[in-house]
Amino acid sequence: MSLANSRRPSLAAPGSKRGEQRSNFELYSWLFMRISGIVLVFLVLGHLFIMNILDGGVQRINFAFVAGRWASPFWQIWDLTMLWLAMLHGTNGLRTIINDYAERDQTRFWMKMLLYVSSGFIILLGTLVLFTFDPNIG
Amino acid sequence: MAIAPVGTLYRGREGMWSWVAHRITGISVFFFLYVHVMDTALVRVSPEAYDLVIATYKTPIVALLEVGLVGAVLYHALNGLRIIAVDFWAQGPRYQRQMLWGIVGLWLLVMVPGAYFMMMHTAEALFGSTP
Repeated sequence: MSLANSRRPSLAAPGSKRGEQRSNFELYSWLFMRISGIVLVFLVLGHLFIMNILDGGVQRINFAFVAGRWASPFWQIWDLTMLWLAMLHGTNGLRTIINDYAERDQTRFWMKMLLYVSSGFIILLGTLVLFTFDPNIG
Repeated sequence: MAIAPVGTLYRGREGMWSWVAHRITGISVFFFLYVHVMDTALVRVSPEAYDLVIATYKTPIVALLEVGLVGAVLYHALNGLRIIAVDFWAQGPRYQRQMLWGIVGLWLLVMVPGAYFMMMHTAEALFGSTP
């Protein structure tokens, strides 16, 4: 992501030349938030409704319940899509917030590093769990 | 130049507060997501480890936090759709205030029965099924 772009965006004087690096990254990031957001409205609200409200809600969830769901490719793909989109959406949101509030270049750089490393870890962990799940592990 | 910025376009009122709430709910949900992926990863350790941690989600206090989580996600989702309408719908900026009150109403309409059912599940687990 845009680690190189560590300077705070500032308003250039009207008519002045564009900055050294031309990149549409922020445009794609803006667009990604809206597209992933629409998909996540259905995936996440559906997930919350099934897990917290339907039948016994969270009270009925245990290992056997998870094993039953992940026996179906439909829920595997649902959960994998939701994991990746939600993590990227949240990471990009926090990147925006760090850019807004961390004022020193060094602080901003290291906060974003910490964010990208921890998000990468969570995405890989979740993906690994989904692909290697074993219902007979006990 | 006035020292106190009164009546600026973006400061205060519905526009600013919906933005503040969008950030706070976004951060909260994102940090919960970290925790939630890790607790689910326990299915790779053992059924006992997973069930033990999931048991905390079934306690009354954590059940209240889950109502808060659902409320945060629902606000973020509805306000996100409002932001998309402001960005892409020609009349969006003009009706942003009305849309905010619309989603607040919709939020209440979903959250009242939603919270009721979530707390009922908790109560039934605590005191046994009600008729």
